[in-house]
Amino acid sequence: MATGTARYSHGADEHIFVELSEEMSLDAFFKGMAITTALTKKKVPGVTEICPANASYQVRFDPDVTHPREMMKLLQQLERDMGSVELQLNTRIIEIPVLYDDPWTTETLMRFRERHQDPASTDIRYAARINDYPSVDEFIAAHSGSPWFVSMVGFVAGLPFLYQLVERAKQIEVPKYLRPRTDTPKLTVGHGGCFGCIYSVRGAGGYQMFGITPAPIFDPAQGLSYLKDFMCLFRPGDIVKFKAIDRDAYDAALKQVQAGTFKLRIRPVDFAMKKFLADPAGYNRQIEEVLYGN
Amino acid sequence: MAIKVLKPGLATTVQDAGRTGYYNVGIPLSGALDQYSFRAANLLVGNDENTAVLECALMGPELEFQRDAVIAVTGAEMVPKLNGALASRNEALMVKAGTVVSFDFMRTGARAYIAIAGGIDVPVVLGSRSTYGLGAFGGFQGRKLQTGDIVPVAAPKRAAKVGKRVAHDLAMPLPKELELRVVPGLYFHRITDESARTFFEDTWAVAPEADRIGYRYKQGRPLKFKERAQPFGAGSDPSNIVDAGYPYGSIQVPGGLEPIILHRDAVSGGGYAMIGTVIGADMDRIAQMQPNNKARFVKVDLDAALAARADRNQRLQRLRAALA
Repeated sequence: MATGTARYSHGADEHIFVELSEEMSLDAFFKGMAITTALTKKKVPGVTEICPANASYQVRFDPDVTHPREMMKLLQQLERDMGSVELQLNTRIIEIPVLYDDPWTTETLMRFRERHQDPASTDIRYAARINDYPSVDEFIAAHSGSPWFVSMVGFVAGLPFLYQLVERAKQIEVPKYLRPRTDTPKLTVGHGGCFGCIYSVRGAGGYQMFGITPAPIFDPAQGLSYLKDFMCLFRPGDIVKFKAIDRDAYDAALKQVQAGTFKLRIRPVDFAMKKFLADPAGYNRQIEEVLYGN
Repeated sequence: MAIKVLKPGLATTVQDAGRTGYYNVGIPLSGALDQYSFRAANLLVGNDENTAVLECALMGPELEFQRDAVIAVTGAEMVPKLNGALASRNEALMVKAGTVVSFDFMRTGARAYIAIAGGIDVPVVLGSRSTYGLGAFGGFQGRKLQTGDIVPVAAPKRAAKVGKRVAHDLAMPLPKELELRVVPGLYFHRITDESARTFFEDTWAVAPEADRIGYRYKQGRPLKFKERAQPFGAGSDPSNIVDAGYPYGSIQVPGGLEPIILHRDAVSGGGYAMIGTVIGADMDRIAQMQPNNKARFVKVDLDAALAARADRNQRLQRLRAALA
């Protein structure tokens, strides 16, 4: 991997911001994960926040404990150390059921039609068309067909940004709304630029809305089994596989959520960058076998 | 011991020193926006300086005390009233059981802190009692106070000394016009040379949209971003970047129009280019800016930021010594 391309910047006295690449790439994301994982292990005195993002990362620290210039040197050294490391991630794969083209996001998108590029269409029809899919069904097959990396968690608590594990030519790309909506249903599956997302809370948003998941991903009350350890489901580096479900399955899942019995399929998985790049489709099938095997 | 909320004020929340370690999953620092006044309030009533207090924005609450308590009000110039009688700011006050504490309107500054000996006794969530409104957790039931709330107060750890005062020169200054020091960086290179100049030349006014998430400024000349073919994954507007983490205190300028400084309830990331970061020592001063107060941004380097930090730390040490 090329080194020395990263750009380092002091965010005043308490932060260092590192842009690994101007454009989104799996390579930059992986490098950020590797560096921030190594930094976490180092337990540098004074560091309070280590935040990997899509193609960058930032660190917050107490400059009275570690001087910002020392911190920068240390981060630059970490980048050099990564140069020869095999990019491998021990992570999890999580299946997220989605009711695509659902009544709730449809009701919401109709309310904000004048803020959209194509007021006569719906978000998912528009996205299918501009990404050259002949039908919404084929678009859904592509969206739910290949897994996605959680490339960043944030904006608000527990909200995952998702980057699909396909070649760049196959990436789904859509513009954000012309003007942001003031409302988005909780658990909307959205997309803006090349990133997917799941809205963890109800609120403003500018991403196109494709569907909704019944699976809570953020809950301060931590009611469900998979949120017992922590109130946010997603961590950067998780792999997500969407599964299209119908209305009956959605309603059944909601009942389980209300009863506190809802479960997600979550399996540990190792992801090797080199193997993926050699054969993306074949490697994705292997990952799926981990998810659905016993 | 508890206090009953008769009127909640505009935005009264429970805050402490804040919540660290969870920004990587979008959970911000939270905590008192003006950490200096927050600490002063606690030290006045004999609390550990990180104890949970009430933060009041722009308009104070009306509170009924069920037991005797010692309280102190610091920060913005908002004079407390005990059963209608004016009392002093920046002073430990005895409040008898049954007393109603209300406040005169806020003259200068934007946030007052009410410390009560013993501290606000809400559950600790992820290491802090601070309210995080967007996530609806922490503080009192994850939200601003409402009429009828019964807010629990812990027993004091040590006896408070009624009448203890913060000397005038150690209180938080509350100017209506101020200079905010900024270290340019992050995506500063994305704005044109002319905008890099006008940003620091112009006088900016706080917009009505100024809250715990961020402070928006208006009336300066719009900033222009350099034209470029947008990188893959960045949005189409020249002010867009591939979504990244936003440092606390960073300045973003969506569409080049109005700079926003993210404060302690920051959204943790997004796709707008940040052009620099306000130095740590000036974040408390932002918390005391009312809408229409004026600011000029002053370009400083890292060493100046660290020197200002050392000055602030020394001032806090003097405050601690004075109130020990």
